[in-house]
Amino acid sequence: MTTPAPFQFTGCVEVRQALDHRARDERELLDRLEDVPAGSVFYHTHGYFLRHRPVTTAYGNDFAAWVAVHVRDQVLAERLAVINPFEIASLEDLREELMSTIHDHLLRLSTVPRVEFGEVFHFQQSHIVEVPLGAPVTTLAEFRAGLSEVDASAVYFHMVEARSRLGRRSGDFAEWIRDALTMPALAERIERIDAYMTNLERVRARVLSLLDSALEESPA
Amino acid sequence: MIAIDDYRRVAPPGAVDMLLRLAERARGRRLLHLSGGRFGGGSAEMLHTLVPMMADLGLEATWEITGGDPGYYATVSALRAAVDGAERVLTDEALDHYVEMNRLNAKKIALDADLVLAHDVPPITLIEHRGAQGRWVWVCHSDASGAQRRAWTFLRPSVNQFDAAVFSLPKFGRRLGIPRYVIAPSIDPLSEKNRDLTSREVATVVRSLGVAQDRPILLQVAPLTPAEDPLGVVNAYRLVRKHYNVRLVLAGTSDADGESREMLAELREAASHDDGITVLELPPDAHLQINALQRAATIVLQKSVHEGFGLGAAEAMWKSKPVVGGFAGGLTQQIVYDVTGYTVHSVEGAAFRLRHLLNNPELIARMGAAGREHVRRSFLVTRHLTDYMALLIHLTR
Repeated sequence: MTTPAPFQFTGCVEVRQALDHRARDERELLDRLEDVPAGSVFYHTHGYFLRHRPVTTAYGNDFAAWVAVHVRDQVLAERLAVINPFEIASLEDLREELMSTIHDHLLRLSTVPRVEFGEVFHFQQSHIVEVPLGAPVTTLAEFRAGLSEVDASAVYFHMVEARSRLGRRSGDFAEWIRDALTMPALAERIERIDAYMTNLERVRARVLSLLDSALEESPA
Repeated sequence: MIAIDDYRRVAPPGAVDMLLRLAERARGRRLLHLSGGRFGGGSAEMLHTLVPMMADLGLEATWEITGGDPGYYATVSALRAAVDGAERVLTDEALDHYVEMNRLNAKKIALDADLVLAHDVPPITLIEHRGAQGRWVWVCHSDASGAQRRAWTFLRPSVNQFDAAVFSLPKFGRRLGIPRYVIAPSIDPLSEKNRDLTSREVATVVRSLGVAQDRPILLQVAPLTPAEDPLGVVNAYRLVRKHYNVRLVLAGTSDADGESREMLAELREAASHDDGITVLELPPDAHLQINALQRAATIVLQKSVHEGFGLGAAEAMWKSKPVVGGFAGGLTQQIVYDVTGYTVHSVEGAAFRLRHLLNNPELIARMGAAGREHVRRSFLVTRHLTDYMALLIHLTR
């Protein structure tokens, strides 16, 4: 019997970069969204989950949060908030979905909602610095122990960054459990976890719960 | 001597291990900080914490300062104020002298490092003397978005010779020909200003300042200058006092300029007619006193109308206090609206939120707890150091 390939937990740190694009109203938000690099779309949607760990993610992405808090347009905020970036195949498709939602909203209005007392929206992007954390693990029990202790950014890296920017569509946890541990049913359950509109600690807790069930079921 | 492991008990789980792993990746790279002095707040206060922590992590980190004659310091001071948006007279002679003094500084300071971080205005023109090796980053700790045109026209060509710039917020930056990174400042939870105090220590220090703890205390710790709107705070307090028996404490340093002295006189006049108002002029190093006042307070105000990225709100939230702050500068980043406190646009708004909190004491406790966790994740020096190490790795890989 061969030993499974080890799993290395990897945390990450964002190096945030400000871009020259900004928006003062919803029309400018639409126009700038068309121009910014795909990395900026990623930063303001998927990246929202890395930065909003302590406070629940009320809006799901930076665009919805800005429209709600600074423009005070709850209608568009609701429509942007329900766009789940994890269900959209590519960043270009996600950009298109965001833009068409804003465009459709503006068609119904006689004036363009703008910032009066709030702040201008500044587009940003990020560069991810990967940081290996802890020793590699080879068993499900070691994996469970490692996951319970690692920095929450590792949950983001393996569940969000890996899926959305690195092309590993199942996410690293599910992929390793399926391929190295040959546990496809558990892998599928982890892959189905909805990471949208929650926070990294809750995602971690859900994965741990599935791992605990699997460990209890497995022969000693 | 505080060691990196001491931060395990205050930082988020895994944060110190993350730092140690980042340090392993960055080991062997030399880091040089350049600034205009070793005393005072801002970059100096931050570097007093960060540089020893970097050394404790095994990095080769050094900190050098630029210096010169009184003319040099006067020009540096004027340039700083002008970058902050104030109007200053900047003559060609003064600017030439600043450049010349920095040419002499460049001869005295070993400028070779893998990453050189030039903090604020004083070392900017040292970039003219960079060697072939290493990456240079300008770290701007103030809000340069409204910089005086003359000052920015002078500084911009030098800034554009850096490899990158760092601003505290995206809105603080200006369009440049180099990448602009964003790193927010931080507080040191183990410093004299933020370390845990016993209730007895708090009571002793607060009593020594002449503040009675017989009623709920509303506190603003900020320079007693118009930008921090202490008169607006007094007016908000007056609206609250109609319904609640509270004290107001305004504590901070004062400026010598005429506008500030006039405002201080008005504050003292208000205090002379109301024993609920206490105005405390504190020296810049009154860290223990500020710590005790923030811990004794019921609600902390930070009602600035013009603000860079002061950390008064973060300091108060670290002490589990809800904060009512102005809609300015970095306050909108520190205060999560309706979760850790409220940002307000007016005196009436401040009074309304103060009354709202006093009328719902359970909110004070809940927001205080949320504020402490928000600061733990986002505004502790461990996060700040993590960001700098990530930038070092990103720029030197």
